[in-house]
Amino acid sequence: MAIKKKTQTPTETVTVKVDDREVEVPQMMPNWQGKPAPTTVLQACQHAGVELPHYCYHPKLPTAGNCRMCLVHVGMPGRPGPDGKVPMNEDGTTKIFPMQLPYEPDTARGVIGCATDIVPGMEIHASSLETKEMRKAVLESLLINHPLDCPICDQAGECKLQEYSVEHGQAESAFAETKVHKPKAVDLGPRITLDAERCVLCTRCIRFTSEIANDDTLGIVNRGSYNTIATFPGMPFDNNYTLNTVDICPVGALTSKDFRFQMRTWFLKETKSLCTSCGTGCNTVIGSRENKMYRYEPRNNDAVNASWMCDTGRLNYKWIGREDRLKEVRNKDTKISWKRALTEISEKLAKVEPGTTAIIASAQQTNEELWLLAQLRRKLKAFTDSVPRTGKGDNLLVDADKNPNSTGARLTGITTRRMGLRLKRIAEGIESGEITTLIVFGEDVTKHDIGPKLLRKLKLLVASDILPNATTERAHYLLPGCAHAEKRGSFTNVKGRVQKFMQALQPPGDARAEWEFLHELVANVSSQNGFSTIEGLFNKMAQDVPAFAKAKLTWSDLGDNGVTVKI
Amino acid sequence: MPREHRIILKHADAPEYSNDIGCYERHGGYKMLRKTLKRKAKKDADGNELTPQAQTREEVKASGLRGRGGAGFPCGLKWSFIRHPNPKPVYLICNADESEPGTFKDRQIIYKDPHQLIEGMILSSWANHVNLAYIYIRGEFAEGAKIMNRALDEARAKGYLGKNILGSGHNLDIWVHRGAGAYICGEETGLIESLEGKRAYPRIKPPYFPAVLGLYMCPTIVNNVETLCNVKHILEMGADEYKKIGTPKATGTRIVSLSGDVKQPGYYEIEAGKATLGELINHKNFGGGLRKGRSIQAIIPGGSSAKVFKANETFDVDGEKINVLDIPYDFDTLMACGSMSGSGAIIVIDDSRDIVECLANIAEFYAHESCGQCTPCREGSLWMSKALHRMTHGEGRPEDADYLLHIAQNIQGRTICAFGEACAWPVLSFVNKFKKEFKAKSKKKTVAA
Repeated sequence: MAIKKKTQTPTETVTVKVDDREVEVPQMMPNWQGKPAPTTVLQACQHAGVELPHYCYHPKLPTAGNCRMCLVHVGMPGRPGPDGKVPMNEDGTTKIFPMQLPYEPDTARGVIGCATDIVPGMEIHASSLETKEMRKAVLESLLINHPLDCPICDQAGECKLQEYSVEHGQAESAFAETKVHKPKAVDLGPRITLDAERCVLCTRCIRFTSEIANDDTLGIVNRGSYNTIATFPGMPFDNNYTLNTVDICPVGALTSKDFRFQMRTWFLKETKSLCTSCGTGCNTVIGSRENKMYRYEPRNNDAVNASWMCDTGRLNYKWIGREDRLKEVRNKDTKISWKRALTEISEKLAKVEPGTTAIIASAQQTNEELWLLAQLRRKLKAFTDSVPRTGKGDNLLVDADKNPNSTGARLTGITTRRMGLRLKRIAEGIESGEITTLIVFGEDVTKHDIGPKLLRKLKLLVASDILPNATTERAHYLLPGCAHAEKRGSFTNVKGRVQKFMQALQPPGDARAEWEFLHELVANVSSQNGFSTIEGLFNKMAQDVPAFAKAKLTWSDLGDNGVTVKI
Repeated sequence: MPREHRIILKHADAPEYSNDIGCYERHGGYKMLRKTLKRKAKKDADGNELTPQAQTREEVKASGLRGRGGAGFPCGLKWSFIRHPNPKPVYLICNADESEPGTFKDRQIIYKDPHQLIEGMILSSWANHVNLAYIYIRGEFAEGAKIMNRALDEARAKGYLGKNILGSGHNLDIWVHRGAGAYICGEETGLIESLEGKRAYPRIKPPYFPAVLGLYMCPTIVNNVETLCNVKHILEMGADEYKKIGTPKATGTRIVSLSGDVKQPGYYEIEAGKATLGELINHKNFGGGLRKGRSIQAIIPGGSSAKVFKANETFDVDGEKINVLDIPYDFDTLMACGSMSGSGAIIVIDDSRDIVECLANIAEFYAHESCGQCTPCREGSLWMSKALHRMTHGEGRPEDADYLLHIAQNIQGRTICAFGEACAWPVLSFVNKFKKEFKAKSKKKTVAA
């Protein structure tokens, strides 16, 4: 009995044939909700390294089975006869019967891979002539009413109609009739435009919107060939997740108003990055060309954001390219060199009395930068804190914490659980003359009880930021920093997921990644060795920060999707 | 001599017969219900105890009753897919969405004898432990819905519906739901979606077999109006007596809707398989033949989606060569001849008709009714219709016959529901059997033709 139980665990495998090759696949695999479900033909093929083309199937959405692109010819073991035995070949193997149309036994019958469960012994003819014919026919059908306006379509280059036409289609169509015309450039909502003629009616957008975003605004109107995606009359498509429908739209039907006609997709360089708009840390891909960022797209990470991200976060990138970015290293009067600035600051910091310095860091900084500031704090016996940002969260991805790295700020000891609590005491310290040196990274402290009057009292004010503000204007030394897209580093999200991001863009002017000049400063002040690489810096930090040390984190172990540490 | 054998429509057309409950009861209505609800449990041959409901289900199974909606699926077998006792509620839906072109049988029952349907539904519900049943009636039957609702009110007032029906302890209510005028709502899973308040997109099977995941994801039985009426008569006569009507594989009667180019179009209830196509068309008891000087060009034997027969076509059935007019009207022989009895609608096309126009008309219907959910049917149905429209408007091409076949072949068997076959089969059969007529539509005559 015990043995039987063991064999029924989800790790049990089934042997099927994919293109005459025997493959062992798990009997159960995760369904769209991540729950174990019987493995489908499509999943089995994926397991075997064979892709069944598909439009409507999406691993994170309920199965619809409507596009018919994954139709595949299969052979099935026969049903048990009256004696309870399945039909056998002469050599003792199970007899496999090709699936044929019941009313036309000479014609192969396809099953849809996305919704057909595998059975032991099944033969999946993923590349047979019959299967290819079915695909070709479905593709032809999808294209007869399609406008074929690839030259001006935003999806061109990442369009499944194009890709499958190359792989499975044909150059010609027999179609000799007039095409169906449907609404074009439909203003579906504030961020989405629909071209109904390009739509293949796979309903991915509808399923995402109702099942994931919990919004029933989208539906289909009309019938047959005239079917059109639409919103309810008078209800714009306007939840905070609408742009995900653009990602999952396999064709150019749904386009982002922000990205529309901005750049041909094949020119975009793709860089793995993170969203910085809240503490969730959605994994993203930055699309950039010639040092300009054009878009964010979500990158799959089941531990964080699945395949989605919110519209707010996705569109929050324009500040990176702002004209008024800080580009010069300055002292009070003039532009100076990095070398001079760092030397002078180092000399001054070396001379300050312990306990007279305060460091206000930002929870928008990386783990490495915060850790380096924590090293300064140790040396200078400084007061440190950072600035909390809170807003509205939701039940899906958006967190109420609007800092991307509050957890990192806490784990490195820059701040406490109650972030911002020490800011008032720092203000009082400046007022009383106890604190005479202030180092500010990425925050405008004039908005947090340390007004211009107090700043004037300081002997030394070092500020680093990306955009100008009232604090940077008054800094004795101004060090221009980088947006996350312009450097490498790591964040720790609200759930303790440590994730790294890569550099997509070059910083403007003299701006430098904060970790680069901070480690120089720390080396100068504390006479420790510096780190010339982010890898070395991260690994050193990981040994020093208890939560990271416990998880034995290394830069390379973070991989693309990060590691969760206990917080 | 072939003649009608009326069971379902026994009283429907009698001059004194009306559709109110009093009249139905005077003609013996609801007697069978009273009797059946008093049935006691008994032991079967193996000594297992059979509940009265199980006995009833067995009886329907033994009667050989096959579904009258189109597919001819054995009713008892369909019922047996539902496990009892079931942890979920079981629903019964009467499919009264009669929408196959050429079919007008269920409306006779609904308009003229609604209580017969209600009694059949109460019996079927009781036998399958159903406490809530629906009649999904096509939107165009506005008057029919009114009649059904009035009849249900009467039945409720008499205690045939509601709580503790006739002291049996069984509860049942039946509600009428009007469709909004879509052919696809006759497809059982499309019907279920529509009944749930959604767009009538048929569900993918597997996994959504109604008997397992039907209405509200509960086990559901969907039966045609005529099928449910038969249940009452099976219980009245007993399965053995019922089986004597018709043929062994097609028991009972069938109501045939005869239309097209015959002198006496109309509905005729016949013993299944006991009249031939020729008799139904030509005999004075039925169609009464064609108009003077006309001859048959084609016959659609089972609603517009059935494959067409050509006049004088012959078929091999069990080693015997038979003419199309000699095909007995049952399920299996028509199937063996490559078509189907479907919903029992015979459409006769005489030699005065342009066969391409006929197909264009059918194709236009299916293009209009395709729900558009899955690609082959959504795109293919309109494609065929547009091509046929072009051909009937002087723009035919020599390659059009093969072109139509190419489109239709890529629809059948590749769609979510049987609509794919419904729109492809007429095209495949018309074009294959009348190739000459289709080629003749070419603007330029082909050399070969």
